[in-house]
Amino acid sequence: MKVTLKIWRQKNAKAKGRFVKYKLENVSPEMSFLEMLDYLNEQLIKSGEDPVVFDHDCREGICGACGLYINGRPHGPEKRTTTCELHMRSFKDGGTIVIEPWRSKAFPVIKDLMVDRTALDEIIRSGGYISVNTGSAPEANSIPVGKHLSDKAFDAAECIGCGACVAACKNSSAMLFVAAKVSQMAFLPHGKPEAADRVQSMVKKADVLGFGGCSNTYSCEHDCPKGIPVEFIAKMNREFFKAKVCKQKVE
Amino acid sequence: MIKLDSKIPSGPLSEKWEKYKTGLKLVSPANRKKLDVIVVGTGLAGASAASSLGELGYNVKVFCFQDTPRRAHSVAAQGGINAAKNYKNDGDSIYRLFLDTIKGGDYRAREANVYRAAEVSNQVIDHYTALGVPFAHDYGGMLDTRSFGGVQVSRTFYAKGQTGQQCLLGTYSSLSRQVNKGTVTMYSRKEMVDLVIIDGKARGIISRNLVTGELERYSAHAVVLATGGYGTVFYLSTLALGSNPMAAWVSHKKGALFANPSFIQIHPTSVPVLNEYQSKLTLMSESLRNDGRVWVPKQKNDKRHPNEIPEEERDYYLERQYPAYGNLVPRDVGSRAAKERCDAGYGVGDTGLAVYLDFKDAIKKQGKKAIENKYGNLFEMYEKISGIIPYDEPMRIYPAGHYTMGGLWVDYNLMTTIPGLYAIGESNFSDHGANRLGANSLMQCSGDGYFILPYTIADYLADDIATSKIPTDTPEFEKAEKAVNERIERLVNIKGNETATSYHRKLGKILWDYCGMIRNEEGIKKGAKLLKELEEDFYKNLIIPGTGAELNQELEKALRVETFFEIGQLMCQDALNRKESCGAHFREESQTETGETLRKDEEYAYVAAWEFKGEGKEHELHKEPLNFEFVELKQRSYK
Ligand SMILES: Cc1cc2nc3c(=O)[nH]c(=O)nc-3n(C[C@H](O)[C@H](O)[C@H](O)COP(=O)(O)OP(=O)(O)OC[C@H]3O[C@@H](n4cnc5c(N)ncnc54)[C@H](O)[C@@H]3O)c2cc1C
Ligand code: SF4
Ligand code: FES
Repeated sequence: MKVTLKIWRQKNAKAKGRFVKYKLENVSPEMSFLEMLDYLNEQLIKSGEDPVVFDHDCREGICGACGLYINGRPHGPEKRTTTCELHMRSFKDGGTIVIEPWRSKAFPVIKDLMVDRTALDEIIRSGGYISVNTGSAPEANSIPVGKHLSDKAFDAAECIGCGACVAACKNSSAMLFVAAKVSQMAFLPHGKPEAADRVQSMVKKADVLGFGGCSNTYSCEHDCPKGIPVEFIAKMNREFFKAKVCKQKVE
Repeated sequence: MIKLDSKIPSGPLSEKWEKYKTGLKLVSPANRKKLDVIVVGTGLAGASAASSLGELGYNVKVFCFQDTPRRAHSVAAQGGINAAKNYKNDGDSIYRLFLDTIKGGDYRAREANVYRAAEVSNQVIDHYTALGVPFAHDYGGMLDTRSFGGVQVSRTFYAKGQTGQQCLLGTYSSLSRQVNKGTVTMYSRKEMVDLVIIDGKARGIISRNLVTGELERYSAHAVVLATGGYGTVFYLSTLALGSNPMAAWVSHKKGALFANPSFIQIHPTSVPVLNEYQSKLTLMSESLRNDGRVWVPKQKNDKRHPNEIPEEERDYYLERQYPAYGNLVPRDVGSRAAKERCDAGYGVGDTGLAVYLDFKDAIKKQGKKAIENKYGNLFEMYEKISGIIPYDEPMRIYPAGHYTMGGLWVDYNLMTTIPGLYAIGESNFSDHGANRLGANSLMQCSGDGYFILPYTIADYLADDIATSKIPTDTPEFEKAEKAVNERIERLVNIKGNETATSYHRKLGKILWDYCGMIRNEEGIKKGAKLLKELEEDFYKNLIIPGTGAELNQELEKALRVETFFEIGQLMCQDALNRKESCGAHFREESQTETGETLRKDEEYAYVAAWEFKGEGKEHELHKEPLNFEFVELKQRSYK
């Protein structure tokens, strides 16, 4: 295959970026998208140019490191697919592919297609955990967990922290990401004691970090590579409401 | 002169750890704050150690080269994590888990360490469950388990095919909690490039800031490596592309012995190579062998579509050769059997380097829904890579480099031969002998980090409470930083025309061909020679664009490839030295009449721990004899 690539090149966080066009020949449809970029880089390096910088690691859709905005969509055209799982057979021979980094105020560009997603870690640090110290856990089967609940918690816990939901959203909202963690822990009996504090501090943190609010356009769900559904945002909203009411009662 | 002391406590197996633990020194809560500990790595081993040490009140600094700790390679583990809970009432126990592990490792692991790993396994499951890890539950609300290779009980806890992800996110959440509390400081996108030793003790690291290219100095009273494995030495492997042994290797060059470097597990079920640009091989979890049946056509070079090959023309070779364990033989056995069939001309697919893993019968018996529930994500993953739908036709699979049993030599305290330097998780050598059983690594990594290291490191730190903060403006840090700078300058200034990846691909192929699944003296020697030649070429023709003082992914790769050349050489030496077959190390010269591994216990029942003697000098071999006090050494049989 032959493809024309229009890639966002930006020297560093402060520099002004621009699109640069590359023509690439002898691309195999069997190549993964990132292997195609490796192939481009191999040629750039040999011709003395700066290779394109992007994040990646596992290359099997589980670590959440990769994440490119491809032809106007986070992670490209296939549903439930991360950038690294995408293959060139999903693209037209002779076509043009536009590749950009995630665009969000909360994710500053580091270089080219690499962005800083530390803000997602900060949201988790604000409460995305169950406070149990090593050594203090009870016997695992002493707290039964209904199968439907553990399955639900698992579905929410599948989030890989890639940030595509933020990139997809016109408000740069991180609500799907927050909702996934809040829901996982709210489904499980172990997560109940801290549920109220958790949802409040995580939502607040996202706000402080510059992520926008949710206006129910569902583009996050559409582009989430793990298929995290927006029903978890509804679940989070209920948790949030419950937390407020509880707090008032206590006070 | 290095003298190996494994520090294995005396006494009955089941009392060793309990007794030993109570004899270890403690550090009072008030003193812990004053002690700095560096943990390199945020996989299950590193994140569990760092969060536990943080909870105890130590001042912890944690490093990873990814942008966030949640991406450590443990996230990719699929099938499960073992524990001796015996929830299935099928005769499991700590002792049986111990026994299976010793046997699975072909009697090349330490009894005491293995028993301890089995002993703390139950607590690991309790802890993960409390952290909100959504393990599979049955309808009664109890935890579910499944079977893995090499055992006849059902002791593997799982969260679909994403057990590693779920456990890692569990430890990541406790790590995050400590970061929030300020006991742990997280340093992401920083790669350890050297170890700093002061007065014979590990006192800090030099790391390269991967965003700015700057070299940075960090000091501590003790350093813990939890940097994972080096299966990526083959280039194509089931590991994440970034996984590499540099941290362990630079420590090795500073005095930490490296044990059994050639013990590398080749996993039998990975998606085969599909194109020449392929950058990685994706694992299809061993758990699939619970329901999938492995076969090849009975006829050589059979080009028919698998669905058109009738039952009687299929050779279910594992079930045929190993009736007792069938498709659930241990990995080394399964891998060699696949290679043997393919080499004999029965392989399938375009390359002939693949066998079938078939779910037809399981789907017929249990229904598509049940199979989807168990393996849905793996089937989806397979389809994305290959374009084949495994519900409709069998998967094609082939062995791939996967796990390194070898690693830094550690004693019972998990301390290396450098005082104050610890190695935990896959980066050490201690628990899996010559072959790791499925789901035993997540168990060991978590056990090391949560329930072993926090005790043993206190014993060391207790003597250091009067030592104030270690300054970094000392000659030792200066010298280490300068050496790293020179290493980088050397690479950047070669200015040749071949990329680091291209060298990595070639060196990986050499090792795969000559020091891979099947080895012999002549081949290993040839591999070592080819490797040397390629390394010379590397220092003449490598190209790295840009400089060391900036974000430079090509330099990152080159530094790692440099390490692979050196560790590859030691792998060959180790494989050559061990003229027996055991577990994953199969020397053609030493096999039974039926082609199984043949150990030579009188000569080789030892851990081969290698000492670095200086650039260009031969490594020196130290032997730690393996004394089996409790288990009788037998020829492994899965027939
Ligand atoms: C595809 C796959 C599936 C698997 N499935 C299973 C399974 O089902 N069950 C099982 O028990 N085992 C499984 N394993 C094995 C298991 O996943 C690993 O052995 C285990 O996760 C290793 O954990 P770790 O904490 O030792 O290291 P890792 O998780 O590899 O973490 C290494 C850490 O060290 C950091 N690091 C490394 N070098 C440096 C450096 N120089 N500077 C700074 N940081 C550094 C990395 O950033 C990372 O944070 C699987 C392995 C693979 C490849
Ligand atoms: S919710 Fe989906 S899109 Fe958002 S970070 Fe998680 S996996 Fe990525
Ligand atoms: S590289 Fe890990 S999810 Fe894509």
